[in-house]
Amino acid sequence: MNIRLNGSEKTLKEFSSISALLQDLSLNPKTVVVELNTEIIQPGSYDEQTLTENDSVEIIRFVGGG
Amino acid sequence: MLCIAGTDFSSRLFLGTGKFSSSAVMAEAIAASDCQMVTVALRRVDLTNPDDDIMSALGQREYTFLPNTSGARDAVEAIRLAKLARAASGSSWLKLEVTPDPRTLLPDPVETLKATEELVKDGFIVLPYMNADPILALKLQDVGAAAVMPLGSPIGTNQGVLTDSMIEIIIDQAKVPVVVDAGIGAPSHAAYAMEMGADAVLVNTAISVAGDPVAMARAFAQAVEAGRTAFEAGMGQRSKQASASSPEDGQLSADLGFLK
Repeated sequence: MNIRLNGSEKTLKEFSSISALLQDLSLNPKTVVVELNTEIIQPGSYDEQTLTENDSVEIIRFVGGG
Repeated sequence: MLCIAGTDFSSRLFLGTGKFSSSAVMAEAIAASDCQMVTVALRRVDLTNPDDDIMSALGQREYTFLPNTSGARDAVEAIRLAKLARAASGSSWLKLEVTPDPRTLLPDPVETLKATEELVKDGFIVLPYMNADPILALKLQDVGAAAVMPLGSPIGTNQGVLTDSMIEIIIDQAKVPVVVDAGIGAPSHAAYAMEMGADAVLVNTAISVAGDPVAMARAFAQAVEAGRTAFEAGMGQRSKQASASSPEDGQLSADLGFLK
């Protein structure tokens, strides 16, 4: 299945969870925030929250800024 | 001591974390500045660089993190970023920035007021970045801003406090702390803002792009402290008429009569 990840197309296995996606991307869940279809997903739900075709996922983190 | 929303700050210098050449230099400069409040921005993760995490670069020191909403062009975008920031930081501190025009990065007063009102209702501690407009400062204070952050000059320009006469009025009227933000390009600019009675200054570019950012951070810390001490000591009045520093009485009158 295909999702939009940070504005780009990404192909994932069916029923991938957010935890699986973060692991696939080598991202430490503690350093990021995940938005699924503009809703913020709480870290406690990363395991159970599965993704479906055409979902839009944004993975955000803090960077240097003024 | 400076107190914002119930939190005390012994340092009146706030640091931005953008544009440093490396995370190590940033961390060292921030430590050298002795600041306790640092701003950060939110961006999409660089998926090619998953370990690039500013929070771990800043190490174990205790800072109050002030996430900004840079990149937001209106209130709706700013509120979305604010909620992401709260989820990421676990705290309600927020530097609200609404800048519709990337060329000037000047803050939109209408959208900033709207977003401040909404975010305060939602429990955020909002420090809005604003133009140096005394009426707007009062309105932001009225809707619950924890401090106001008037600009000295446009972001990243190093032009100093060009808005000084308006900032004086803002300081005079404000019940909340006034943090002069943006455009401060030299320690003397920071000292000047503090001498006027600003409660704090926020500096980023002037330190991060300096030849030696760590030394420059130290210089800013000294300037902010000097300016604050001068303000508390009570500055002399400005005057157009000269006034002798040496005594007028007892001047010699014989052969040195010209001294009279």
